[in-house]
Amino acid sequence: MKKKYSIFSIAKNALKGHKDWPKMWRSPEPREFYDVIIIGGGGHGLGTAYYLAKEHGLKNIAVIEKGWLGGGNTGRNTTIIRSNYLWDDSAHLYEHSLKLWENLSTELNYNVMFSQRGVMNLAHNEHDIKEIKRRVSANNLNGIDSLWLSKEEIQKKVPIMNTDNLRYPVLGASYQPRGGTARHDAVAWGFAMRADEMGVDIIQNCEAHQIKTKNGKIEGVETSKGFIRANKVGVVASGHTGVLAETAGIRLPLQSKPLQALVSEPIKPIIDTVVMSSAVHAYVSQSDKGELVIGAGTDSYNSFTQRGGFNIIEETVRAMVELYPVFGKMKMLRQWGGIVDICPDASPIISKCDVEGLFFNCGWGTGGFKATPGSANVFAHTIAKNEAHQINSAFNLDRFASGKLVDEHGAAAVAH
Amino acid sequence: MLIIDCPYCGPRDQSEFSNGGEAHVKRPDGSADIGDREWGEYVFIRANPKGIFYERWVHSHGCRKWFNCVRDTSTDEILKIYKIDEERPKLDSFKNNVKTPSGEPNLGSGNFTVKK
Ligand SMILES: Cc1cc2nc3c(=O)[nH]c(=O)nc-3n(C[C@H](O)[C@H](O)[C@H](O)COP(=O)(O)OP(=O)(O)OC[C@H]3O[C@@H](n4cnc5c(N)ncnc54)[C@H](O)[C@@H]3O)c2cc1C
Ligand SMILES: [Zn+2]
Repeated sequence: MKKKYSIFSIAKNALKGHKDWPKMWRSPEPREFYDVIIIGGGGHGLGTAYYLAKEHGLKNIAVIEKGWLGGGNTGRNTTIIRSNYLWDDSAHLYEHSLKLWENLSTELNYNVMFSQRGVMNLAHNEHDIKEIKRRVSANNLNGIDSLWLSKEEIQKKVPIMNTDNLRYPVLGASYQPRGGTARHDAVAWGFAMRADEMGVDIIQNCEAHQIKTKNGKIEGVETSKGFIRANKVGVVASGHTGVLAETAGIRLPLQSKPLQALVSEPIKPIIDTVVMSSAVHAYVSQSDKGELVIGAGTDSYNSFTQRGGFNIIEETVRAMVELYPVFGKMKMLRQWGGIVDICPDASPIISKCDVEGLFFNCGWGTGGFKATPGSANVFAHTIAKNEAHQINSAFNLDRFASGKLVDEHGAAAVAH
Repeated sequence: MLIIDCPYCGPRDQSEFSNGGEAHVKRPDGSADIGDREWGEYVFIRANPKGIFYERWVHSHGCRKWFNCVRDTSTDEILKIYKIDEERPKLDSFKNNVKTPSGEPNLGSGNFTVKK
């Protein structure tokens, strides 16, 4: 039965003390065989299953997740969404995603709290100005809303920002009005619920141990719940995609590192847009609960410990306090890390590989939340049709042999 | 944050060091003859294990010397530090803290250096 959410269902359930809400998805035991197994129950994996069922008519699908849904980077990120990337290939991919975000709550009948409050990227020196203005122009050529803001215009939008009296003064910014934030868990849950309704088996606490292949073809996945056969397998395990690929003898150009974020105590509304600075490294937005959501950087070394170094936090907090002196006395509530999979060109891999029936969606690194619906959508196409969608054709594995990289270090940097 | 025992200066705070990625990567011989794919692997692909990792560090804000290190990436525990021209040490006695390729160590992610 299709679960409907409306103001009436909320009112009705409120009267009953919210005890009778139906389960959002089943918890089935794995079958022996699936047409497609998706490894990784984050937003990208669940979205892939959703679009496979919805747009490609596949029904015998499983998503296997080693922990709980969205417990990876989907539930750990600072939720910044934008599409103002430099190169055409990336711009098309992220814009495809942004367009899907704009209709996602309606499509899923589930509130993903997509809030288009605008995203600002600050320039602090001459080089930043040139680079950011170039990106604004490139965005405009790709039909993406993007404009240059003067210092005065920034001050108007964010009066609490200290633009002059700091080591790297604020000289201007790019601004994407359609950018913003969304509710991280809701995206995973919304996709999961609607995929489940179409018959997708969502299996939590089921860890993939080994991807099994035979004569260059996929056989299935050895899991903590036994061996499951499959015609096709899509690996969408962010930081763990590399170690899983190794089990099938495939080496991917990924390095896994912790990326941290922190939130403050909740306060009254004080900043109504998203402000990012790659140069001094501080990102901030304010959650609906009133917490400041602050993004830090990655550690310099590979690690799978979801914690991150304290020095990284110190750097970010230092930059925050300089840019927003008014935050200087705030208390931070929580800090955490997620393991991000970083590609040499700071662009993702959405690709088939040498093994027939095996597909990878990874390398999103520090900035894949914004891409969740778009990535899932084109990955589903790639799996169903055994070939890339036009939008993800540049994001193949062959680029690391051909040298045709999609270098987004400028637009992505450690930025989100 | 790590405390790294520089072979020349002794234990120092990690913020004095820069990480240099995988150690013992060898440039393929006969580069004129090898194919794009093999070359691409050498340029772009580095080991990324969850467990024992051989890596390089440089003491940037100290003696500025490079050295190698073996670290467990599932716990961040540093198992051995050795000079750049030394052989890759064998660590047969070391048991991996993760039992499956993407498993978690018993102590919980990131707690090892704190709780040990
Ligand atoms: C602190 C932080 C801040 C970020 N900020 C932003 C931001 O502001 N904007 C943005 O666009 N992006 C941001 N990102 C990046 C973004 O979070 C990720 O790129 C994106 O969420 C990846 O989604 P995913 O579904 O691919 O991966 P995940 O959500 O990580 O899902 C992968 C899943 O695979 C599971 N898994 C792993 N191994 C196995 C196995 N062997 N078997 C079964 N399941 C397995 C994991 O448990 C996990 O749930 C941030 C990331 C972090 C860590
Ligand atoms: Zn030294």
